[in-house]
Amino acid sequence: MTDDMVQLLTPSGEVTDAARLPDPDTQRHLYRLMRRARHFDERAWVLYRTGRMGVFPPYGGMEASQVGTAAALTHEDWLFPTYRDTGAALTYGLPIPQTIAYWRTSPHGWAMPENLKVLPFYIPIATQYPHAVGAALAEARRGTSNVAMAFIGDGGSSEGDFHEALNFAGALNAPCVFILQNNGWAISVPTRAQTKATNLSRRADGYGIPGVRVDGNDVLATYVVTREAVERARRGEGPTLIETVTYRVKPHTVADDPSRYRTADDTAGWDEKDPVVRLRTHLLAQGHLTEEQDAEIVREIEAEFEAALAEADAYPEPTPAEIVNHVFAEPTPALRRQRAELLAEEGQ
Amino acid sequence: MTAPATPTVTALRTMTMVAAINDALALALERDPDVHIFGEDVGIMGGVFRATDGLQARFGTDRVFDTPLAEAGIVGMGIGMGLAGLKPVAEIQFAGFLYPALDQILSHLGRYRHRTRSRYHLPMVVRAPYGGGVHTPEQHADSPEAILAHTPGVKVVIPSTPRDAKGLLLAAIEDPDPVFFFEAIKLYRSVKEEVPEGHYTIPLGQARVVTEGDDVTVICYGGMVEVAQKAADAARAHGIGVEVIDLRTLVPLDTGTILTSVQKTGRVIVVTEAPRTGGFHSEISATIAEEAIDFLRAPIVRVTGFDAPYPPFTSIEDAYRPNPVRVAKAIRKVMAY
Repeated sequence: MTDDMVQLLTPSGEVTDAARLPDPDTQRHLYRLMRRARHFDERAWVLYRTGRMGVFPPYGGMEASQVGTAAALTHEDWLFPTYRDTGAALTYGLPIPQTIAYWRTSPHGWAMPENLKVLPFYIPIATQYPHAVGAALAEARRGTSNVAMAFIGDGGSSEGDFHEALNFAGALNAPCVFILQNNGWAISVPTRAQTKATNLSRRADGYGIPGVRVDGNDVLATYVVTREAVERARRGEGPTLIETVTYRVKPHTVADDPSRYRTADDTAGWDEKDPVVRLRTHLLAQGHLTEEQDAEIVREIEAEFEAALAEADAYPEPTPAEIVNHVFAEPTPALRRQRAELLAEEGQ
Repeated sequence: MTAPATPTVTALRTMTMVAAINDALALALERDPDVHIFGEDVGIMGGVFRATDGLQARFGTDRVFDTPLAEAGIVGMGIGMGLAGLKPVAEIQFAGFLYPALDQILSHLGRYRHRTRSRYHLPMVVRAPYGGGVHTPEQHADSPEAILAHTPGVKVVIPSTPRDAKGLLLAAIEDPDPVFFFEAIKLYRSVKEEVPEGHYTIPLGQARVVTEGDDVTVICYGGMVEVAQKAADAARAHGIGVEVIDLRTLVPLDTGTILTSVQKTGRVIVVTEAPRTGGFHSEISATIAEEAIDFLRAPIVRVTGFDAPYPPFTSIEDAYRPNPVRVAKAIRKVMAY
């Protein structure tokens, strides 16, 4: 933890800056969203082990970073999530059945809802940043006050597209909020090996835009800082880079073995900084939440997930013809011939 | 009884290819407020070849604007604009400068409709000058069209005349899916023809029979069409009928026109100025071998560039790019087989 990091709650749940705290209803809302995101992450592991979910990149321990940021958006705003940002997508409003379908690699998980401006999780690193600039610029050209938010990791901030996007957004004054989740690891490479400039928020200086460093395990801080950035963008004051300082306590994916590249010492202390426990401690101490209410929240979240899982289970399996569908609005002659080949093979 | 409608006679204007492209861009900006043109030096300067000349002055800096010098940013930002419902028309200064944007192109541009099952699509056009023959500096004369044609979900258009350039570009801009539009540098100002005024489109995926002939089919596009035509004219003087086919678009590919001609002539030459191995000429050759081998009277011959970078050495670069003499030699070869 460094001195120049915005923090409203200490790891033990003590308030450091009461004046900036959101109201209790908002705090409870953020808590619920974090519990909901955590539940998905935990169930995804179990489903993967029982063959009911594909390879999944966990984000457990990073909920404050994903929930506090995405919760500052409306459905008129854009969200460009990476593969690690399922928590952000759920918070934004991606329905759970579709999210499950995505991680099951069912086409139903890629057909994004018409009422949302969220894109399927990005697999290539950093390419989503320029896309957010373009979407934000389009909103500005149309005269709306809608913004675009894109996520990236510390590893991704080494890619050229990250730097090009920051420069484009600054030069064109695009209403963008760039979230840089510094979770300490790019698979097996620690941030200190990724760059000599380990305060990643400072990269904003090079592009003439505001850079903010925030405790990424403090959801109240991430929410307040992001909301301010969103409001600046809505007012036409351009982009912001927000570095959320957090940690990938889990493996890179459910198929990864982190013991090959990091020790218990590396991870020491991060469990004590858990974002969900931190806010829960604070809410109980302040009387904003009771144990009974907490238990009720958990019951509701569990019921919601199981209903969504049943819905996802009911999605029909795709047929091989889906491979060549949705390439062009009007299939080329070549695609029509290839579709006929696929259908003929199916018929055998 | 009503009198038959008088066909509208569209006024014609003689113009170069770059003027026809400028005309198409102006019409597109005029007709559709979603069309935005951007890239390096496209604004006040009007592009290094003047393809966007006067457009910023006429349509304003929101519709026609300069970007920072970064091709991945240009294409990536365009993708975001397209996702948000605009019609981005990006200019990449030279096709040989496309490479920094290849991640955006290969990873995203052609995949968006597919990965969102048509929830999103990208009505984006990327224009780039391509090809040699005018002694440009290093890396300014590349022909990377096969890379794009090999990329699922993007269309590839390469005009060879002013009239085609205008109609194909308007069709590309109106297309709901991403289109690469390569403009032969050699043809920008060297060719003039009468071009209809006002709006018209030429559908993508329709090849043009440039000259008809019964003995040999020469398949080409872009900057190679005039080379093939000169060889065909020379062969005609020797009594050989050469059918020159200008593909116009590589994706979608008009195999019908190709195969009809091959079935008639039985002899095929494919001409491009791209490197030999894995070029689009090879795709055409394979298609003919698969679909019409029984009609062939001679092996298919490819007349192409070499498997080496386009040479930045002025005194020898003309030996890289196919010329009428090389095409004529190929014609003699298939006739003598």
